[in-house]
Amino acid sequence: MISKPTHRPTYYEELRQKGYSRRDFMKFCSMIGAYLGLEASGIAQVANALQKTSRVPVIWLHFQECTCCSESFIRSSHPIVADIILDKISLDYTETLMAASGHQAEAAMHKTMQDFNGEYILCVEGSVPTAEDGVYCCIGGKSAMQILDEAAAGAKAIIAWGSCACNGCVQAAKPNPTRATPIHKLVKGKPIIKVPGCPPIGEVMAGVIVHVITFGRLPELDRVGRPKAFYSKRVHDTCYRRPFYDAGLFVETFDDENAQKGYCLYKVGCKGPMTYNACGVTKWNNGTSYPIQSGHGCFGCSEENFWDNGPIYRQMANFPGFGIEADADKIGMVAAGATAVGIAAHAIATNFRKAKLIDDLIHEGKDAEKEL
Amino acid sequence: MAERIVVDPVTRIEGHLRIEAEIKDGKISEAYSSGTMVRLLEEILKGRDPRDAWAFVGRVCGVCTTVHSLASCRAVEDALGIVIPPNAELVRNIMYCTQYMHDHVVHFYHLHALDWVDVVSALKADPKKTSEIAQSISNWPKSSPGYFSDLQKRLTTFVESGQLGIFANGYWGHPAYKLPPEVNLIGVAHYLEALEWQKEIVKVHTIFGGKNPHPNYLVGGMACAIGLDDVSGINAERLAYVEQLLKNAKDFINQVYIPDLLAVAPYYLDWGAIGGGLGSYMSYGDLPTNGYNDPSSFKFPSGVILNKDIANVQDVDLRNDTEVQEFIKRSWYEYDGGEDAGLHPWAGESRVKYTGPKPPYEHLNVNEKYSYLKTPRWKGNAVEVGPLARVLIGYARGREDFKAVVDSTLAKLNVPVGALFSTLGRTAARGLESILVADWALEFYDSLILNLKNGDTRMAEMEKFNPAKWEKTAKGVGHTEAPRGALAHWIVIEDTKIKNYQLVVPTTWNASPRDPNGNMSAYEAALKDTPIADPEQPVEILRTVHSFDPCLACAVHVYDEDGKHVSRVKVL
Repeated sequence: MISKPTHRPTYYEELRQKGYSRRDFMKFCSMIGAYLGLEASGIAQVANALQKTSRVPVIWLHFQECTCCSESFIRSSHPIVADIILDKISLDYTETLMAASGHQAEAAMHKTMQDFNGEYILCVEGSVPTAEDGVYCCIGGKSAMQILDEAAAGAKAIIAWGSCACNGCVQAAKPNPTRATPIHKLVKGKPIIKVPGCPPIGEVMAGVIVHVITFGRLPELDRVGRPKAFYSKRVHDTCYRRPFYDAGLFVETFDDENAQKGYCLYKVGCKGPMTYNACGVTKWNNGTSYPIQSGHGCFGCSEENFWDNGPIYRQMANFPGFGIEADADKIGMVAAGATAVGIAAHAIATNFRKAKLIDDLIHEGKDAEKEL
Repeated sequence: MAERIVVDPVTRIEGHLRIEAEIKDGKISEAYSSGTMVRLLEEILKGRDPRDAWAFVGRVCGVCTTVHSLASCRAVEDALGIVIPPNAELVRNIMYCTQYMHDHVVHFYHLHALDWVDVVSALKADPKKTSEIAQSISNWPKSSPGYFSDLQKRLTTFVESGQLGIFANGYWGHPAYKLPPEVNLIGVAHYLEALEWQKEIVKVHTIFGGKNPHPNYLVGGMACAIGLDDVSGINAERLAYVEQLLKNAKDFINQVYIPDLLAVAPYYLDWGAIGGGLGSYMSYGDLPTNGYNDPSSFKFPSGVILNKDIANVQDVDLRNDTEVQEFIKRSWYEYDGGEDAGLHPWAGESRVKYTGPKPPYEHLNVNEKYSYLKTPRWKGNAVEVGPLARVLIGYARGREDFKAVVDSTLAKLNVPVGALFSTLGRTAARGLESILVADWALEFYDSLILNLKNGDTRMAEMEKFNPAKWEKTAKGVGHTEAPRGALAHWIVIEDTKIKNYQLVVPTTWNASPRDPNGNMSAYEAALKDTPIADPEQPVEILRTVHSFDPCLACAVHVYDEDGKHVSRVKVL
């Protein structure tokens, strides 16, 4: 029987006990600081926080989901899940990884709920089916709704992982037969961080957790509850293929000559202009690529009700209601409308000049080649 | 005197699975497997664009990501008569192999190992001796005494903190754990290394499909255009990246996964006679080397073995409506044709009707309907699907590559062929096919390079992508061998929309409830007669259930005859 120590070691103490030097510790702090985009003074703040705080208990629930969020989380490469994050938080309940099953698993969750009442972070992966008294998702004989109520009561904050927990995702697509419901519609009076995406990027998930445990507070959220750090920019505005859009150069059909040249995917259905996510900047799997870079349009998996936002391969301008002039600051659909206009007018009038410019540059390059 | 055991949630799986079992004389006398969550994606797909289906059904599972998207694209391509270009087939094959390597390694270390490896025992290991053992089984470089000593210190600190996180309340110290402390320490070391490694191999999906989990597919081929002379396309840098990842993965499988499997197995040879179950196996086959429409070219051959008769491998026809059928007698659904009807998926129905107890509940009524999984049958037979089925069918079809890995492993462990029909055999088969898949991945890579070298850069066949060119009605079936077993999607298209869409997935074959004749599916059959040393800590149930690599999640509760919890298991 191992009793609970009276003093939980801080990150710094733990690292020292594991044989890491002060220098290693500061390197780790700089890495996190750099990741969060902090100035040098901010790195000192990270170091300070990590020396003082203890491992934050985390309960991670699974409801109507496909486990892609858990899978994405373990893909994070900075911070490194195996060496740092899984040691820095105490992941006391997660059906995907925990050793215990059955009532021993439930006992672990209840122990955390009692010992750390008001202190633990509740992560929720999946939506909650509310039709038929919740019989469409039961765990340990309890409905998802019953489990969520119980676990949310003592949570310090809730993180809604992925589009299932944030907006119901695929099971909430029409006709939503199980009445799949996102977390914020079921839990009131608790801070909720929404981290949408199907799944969210692994480094974004780790980054949200690091933010909470490092600074001891929630990251700044936008008006719908998403961390601004990762969801304040449109994929379209951070896309490296944006210049082709501006120049009016588009893929007409998959695998055509323009696709091989990496032109803009707008005409084959890309929803980048209406999607707020970090794909264009952080990219996926330690910056390896993102959907557009690999030739497929974004289909807006971090946007609300994206499964019902029209067929994946239909060009946005063809949706009913688009083609009107609009304020580009407005979110999602309206911004898409502005984009549609962009093609019609902006591209033709202004950007043919840019196309000419690009063309000229290519010729210049060829001339230079000849000279060599 | 029978005791009722309930396992719910079964953890270290995907999804929500519940096992109820009766124990008599220290063995399981009856087992009942129940899926307790449903999303009804089939209903959601009706009326949608068939070209979008791969994205919807991809979300069936984020652990076996890619497999449903692949089956879906093939189903639509089959319906529309599209033949994809060779490069697209090769990229799909490489992504497929990537998924296998990732999934099997993660299953072995993160979902299954803790049934065999006692984390707490590793604290008592002698690092020097651990190093000697590690170096005797593999040339993997991370094996010095200092490496194991540092790890042990770190583990000790972790355990002494009292916050055991994911290791809390495990069955540590249970007499069924047989490994010496040193082998346990190797297991823990590689658990952590595999967690690091797994995020690398998936980058193959990211390069070709833009992200992982849930990379993008495309009806007609793949969207990742070849652009050898462009920074945006699949060029030499991207291809070299893929090759490096595949080579590193092969090293990890051959130098870490397989040596560990062979080091652990000798301590658990009794599990070569437990958990066999049905003795009937099915594989649809996969990994085309001459196009999807030529099944004779598949690396994984297809077939059915009934009642362990490996001399007689039968053929499977997914279009024949008397072969694959789904039943709902014991499932929470209703059919127009009544309770005993069996429907071929093209005529399948998914009308849910829950008749179980109102939550919170303690037991399901296992004498009536007790699961959201339907019960599929092949010509009326219950069959097991998955790695063991594939390896046995490859072996029975006389394929030299399968025979080589199977025979050499049986010889190393000094066990007869019969030991394959077991929990241990299932776990071993997963490793054996990983060896083959790691080699095949590089063969497919070489073929892709050769094609590109010869000037073929086509990646998608878009001629029939436009719905205006489709027939008024069409139906198709797309099949694959997912890591967990035979998977197929059936689609009916009418007026360019999905009229019916049915998926019959591996875990449905394995984890389904009884059929109208009362016959068990694979989980229930495999659990029957499994010895249970301590009903409060039924690690034996987890071993057999996990050996299938379930793709739904549940929990385990132990009840006495009156349905009350027997005494609580003490906390470590």
